[in-house]
Amino acid sequence: MSKGLPETRTDAAMSELVPEPRPKPAVPMKPVSINPNLLGYIGIDTIIEQMRKKTMKTGFDFNIMVVGQSGLGKSTLVNTLFKSQVSRKASSWNREEKIPKTVEIKAIGHVIEEGGVKMKLTVIDTPGFGDQINNENCWEPIEKYINEQYEKFLKEEVNIARKKRIPDTRVHCCLYFISPTGHSLRPLDLEFMKHLSKVVNIIPVIAKADTMTLEEKSEFKQRVRKELEVNGIEFYPQKEFDEDLEDKTENDKIRQESMPFAVVGSDKEYQVNGKRVLGRKTPWGIIEVENLNHCEFALLRDFVIRTHLQDLKEVTHNIHYETYRAKRLNDNGGLPPGEGLLGIVLPPVPATPCPTAE
Amino acid sequence: MEAEANSGSPEDSWAFIQRPGEGCRTVPLAGHVGFDSLPDQLVNQSISQGFCFNILCVGETGLGKSTLMDTLFNTKFEGEPATHTQPGVQLQSNTYDLQESNVGLKLTIVSTVGFGDQINKEDSYRPIVEFIDAQFEAYLQEELKIRRLLHNYHDSRIHACLYFIAPTGHSLKSLDLVTMKKLDSKVNVIPIIAKSDAISKSELTKFKIKITSELVSNGVQIYQFPMDDEAVAEVNGTMNAHLPFAVIGSTEELKIGNKMVKVRQYPWGTVQVENEAHCDFVKLREMLIRVNMEDLREQTHSRHYELYRRCKLEEMGFKDTDPDSKPFSLQETYEAKRNEFLGELQKKEEEMRQMFVQRVKEKEAELKEAEKELHEKFDRLKKLHQDEKKKLEDKKKSLDDEVNAFKQRKTAAELLQSQGSQAGGSQTLKRDKEKKKTREEKSISDGTCTTPGKHPVVPCALVVCAV
Repeated sequence: MSKGLPETRTDAAMSELVPEPRPKPAVPMKPVSINPNLLGYIGIDTIIEQMRKKTMKTGFDFNIMVVGQSGLGKSTLVNTLFKSQVSRKASSWNREEKIPKTVEIKAIGHVIEEGGVKMKLTVIDTPGFGDQINNENCWEPIEKYINEQYEKFLKEEVNIARKKRIPDTRVHCCLYFISPTGHSLRPLDLEFMKHLSKVVNIIPVIAKADTMTLEEKSEFKQRVRKELEVNGIEFYPQKEFDEDLEDKTENDKIRQESMPFAVVGSDKEYQVNGKRVLGRKTPWGIIEVENLNHCEFALLRDFVIRTHLQDLKEVTHNIHYETYRAKRLNDNGGLPPGEGLLGIVLPPVPATPCPTAE
Repeated sequence: MEAEANSGSPEDSWAFIQRPGEGCRTVPLAGHVGFDSLPDQLVNQSISQGFCFNILCVGETGLGKSTLMDTLFNTKFEGEPATHTQPGVQLQSNTYDLQESNVGLKLTIVSTVGFGDQINKEDSYRPIVEFIDAQFEAYLQEELKIRRLLHNYHDSRIHACLYFIAPTGHSLKSLDLVTMKKLDSKVNVIPIIAKSDAISKSELTKFKIKITSELVSNGVQIYQFPMDDEAVAEVNGTMNAHLPFAVIGSTEELKIGNKMVKVRQYPWGTVQVENEAHCDFVKLREMLIRVNMEDLREQTHSRHYELYRRCKLEEMGFKDTDPDSKPFSLQETYEAKRNEFLGELQKKEEEMRQMFVQRVKEKEAELKEAEKELHEKFDRLKKLHQDEKKKLEDKKKSLDDEVNAFKQRKTAAELLQSQGSQAGGSQTLKRDKEKKKTREEKSISDGTCTTPGKHPVVPCALVVCAV
């Protein structure tokens, strides 16, 4: 008997609760391409200048997270990247301070300026990662932190009276430090990257690369790349987000040849050939950090800062954040997150997110 | 100083982050890092996405809106001049793809058709306001979607509204004041004096002063060029003083000196459009396109759109803070609305279910009726058939009886015959036979067979027996 009844739609998405919009104007808009037989200069391209000026005034935010076992040189690398003391080294810890029992998350913000461009850089450190005897689920606090930042942004965005510029604390880039064993990736590395490559841009980095010779380095890199591919770990720049052919060829080159970058960090300067360079002094020579023959630090720096910084932010905002938002709204039955007056308690932000509904 | 909080509990084992303006430490750089290319990176990305700019031209028919657009963008956009006989105000929108060096611009020009032509102009502003709201609504819908594509969205919100004032030389018309008042909170309104070659210089100054004072006294907020950026503050400041711009539009060209210039030719002289002494066209172009395009877009998004969004959401019943000033309870209203909606759906479902059941019942009753009729018919026919059968059987029985009787008489007759032939009286036998025949025929025609053993032999009965 009930075969003939229409099925009721119980999945009322948020947009269905919004009353019907007013009718659109009757004339549809058809883009007509005008033959650029412009009789004179209009000045449309000045919009670039206008935009540039505006962005320089507002400044930029960048949040970078470093993950890796202690002693791999994370803080030094970040300091070398940004040529300033933005990260406090763990070795300066007092001996009496206890080793953290779980992974802690420390975020420190600095403002740096160069060439009129102001950037608020936040370095998020994760002491205690991989340092315990039992490291099960040690990525969970990190994942939780990342999701909490998305949650904050979402809450702010959903507000009725919202700020002109929502403070962006989302993690734009996560540098994962691989220990230079020369063999292959550790299970902990694989687990971490598998879980987190879906929520944040991961850039794997081989730390302390001055312990490997050139052949060992290239073999190790190949093995790491293969392992990452076999395990389905998509590190940044992700293949699926390449927009056009140009991007694809450029990114392919980086993905297949240079990554993961084998880096050496240092904040001490030495005199080499009459120039002062950043380097590490050893009995058998001085390792120049910015020399491409010695290590790939310069490549990493150019990649992250000079060419792909804005793209890192875009991917975080347009893809990772949107995925989180869609999932959150779906889980909530199409409602935005928040606490209800009627005592309706929402499920807490999941520490281990369920696989994306696709 | 750096601020970091170190707490031992795993639940909130992350330090709070300092926000800008809260005392973030500025760290000196020891060398060239390279992030000064950030604005370039951002710009490159925007270029690859392309820009959108939407202009709305509001003004009475015949004030030169299309011509001005042609002049501003140095091309000839398609379109025919409108007539004065439109029944109501309509909006006509066209989108064009312009390209200059490596910058692609999607330009949308929306024009009012029939504005100010009606006899009763009370509702003239309404289609315009509705159109602007519709664009905001579309953007809001996209933003509220669960799966949304905001970075690919073609922004159709109006970034600038050029209001064309008729060059009467006296003051603003009441239609102008009413319309501008309705529009100033929804869009950046830039009033311009159209066809300003109809006013002389002295009249123009007086006209401008009158207009500005009328706007101020009526509380109309027109778009002011921003003055917070030092580079353009000065230019913008002087320009603000020249508002509203008096413009002339023209696409005809004439060679003056050794250049082609856009002109309007009169018997008494030639008006040059791009001559600053003749009109303010160049100023308008500078301000609109070359200096403040980005600011117009930003104001539309951060001020007008946000205002619309706030009003719309509040209208739908959402609040940011509840009476106890606890932040944010969109949840509760959503829940209520959702339940309401579901309730309605359920009610409808019930109604439909009931209707369905009823229909089915009716149909069943009908079918039962039909079935009953059929049964009755069948019974009737059966009865008829049985009756017929009985009759036929009776007839058959009677016939059989007759046949038997006939057989008996036949044997009796043969017996008699054999006796008669012995007695030698065949003639008397014949006579007897004939007599019997007539007697039999008579009795048959009477229908009575009373003489037992001597049943008349009917010729047809014989035939039947033989067969």
